[in-house]
Amino acid sequence: MTPEINGNVEGSFQLIGGNFTNAGEASTQLKMKLFEFGVDDAIIRRAAIATFEAEMNVIIYAAAGQLHYYITPENIKIRVEDMGPGIEDIEQAMQEGYSTAPEWVREMGWGAGMGLPNMKRNSDEFMIESVVGEGTTVHMTINLNE
Amino acid sequence: MKLSELAEKLSLKIASHTEGMNGNITGAYSSDLLSDVMANSKVGNVWITLQTHINIVAVASLKGLAGIIIVGNRQPQPETIEKAEAEKVTILTTSHTAYETAGQIYQILST
Repeated sequence: MTPEINGNVEGSFQLIGGNFTNAGEASTQLKMKLFEFGVDDAIIRRAAIATFEAEMNVIIYAAAGQLHYYITPENIKIRVEDMGPGIEDIEQAMQEGYSTAPEWVREMGWGAGMGLPNMKRNSDEFMIESVVGEGTTVHMTINLNE
Repeated sequence: MKLSELAEKLSLKIASHTEGMNGNITGAYSSDLLSDVMANSKVGNVWITLQTHINIVAVASLKGLAGIIIVGNRQPQPETIEKAEAEKVTILTTSHTAYETAGQIYQILST
C-alpha cells in the first residue's frame, strides 16, 4: 500500500532528562501521524520502537534533548540530539548487553544494553555521532516503501 | 483465544481498560526487560511481567500487545493505570509467579 503523503511533513518534540512519566509521548504522536497517512502497520511499529528507544536514552542519560522527524513519501527521517554526557566508545555502546545505566534505571527494566541495537535493527539507515561532554545525535531513516 | 477467556481460566483481575478484554491474543511473552519486549514480543501477545511503572503502558501500546499481566500480587502504580486507560491498554494482575503464569498460558494455548 502506498502511503498518502502529500508533500513533506515535519515536527519536533522537546525531551526532558529524568522525565519517565512522559516517556513515549513523541513516539505515540509520530505513530498517530503515520497511521493517518496510511503507512503500513509493521513500518509504523518499527518507527515507534526506534523513536521510543531514542526517547528513553535522552530521558535516562541526558539533561535534555530534541527529537525531530521529517516524513516524505519515501521515508521517515528521525534525528534525536541531546545535551548528555556523550558516548566514549560507540562501538562498545552498540554491543547488545553493554550499558552504563545506573542501578535504579535497571530495576525499571531499562538499561539492558538493547536500546541502540533496537534502534539500529528497526532502521534502514542508522548513524550516531557523539562528543564526550557535549552530547549525542542519532540519525535514523526508515523507508516507507518496501 | 480472547483475552477475556484467558483471564477467566487464570482468574486474572482487571486493573485497566476492560474493553480490551475482547481482543484476541496471538501468544505470550515473559520478560522484565522493556527493550527485550520491544525487540522480541509479537503483535497481539500478552506480556507477563513484574514491572508496574508507567513505561510498561507505552511499550505495550507501541508494540501493539494484547495486554499486560502483572505477576506476584504486584499492583500497577496509580499513574500507570491512568495512562493505561488513556492509551487503551489492558492490565491484568495475578498472585501467581511469572513461571506459573507462563506455564499455564503455554498449556492453554497449545491444547
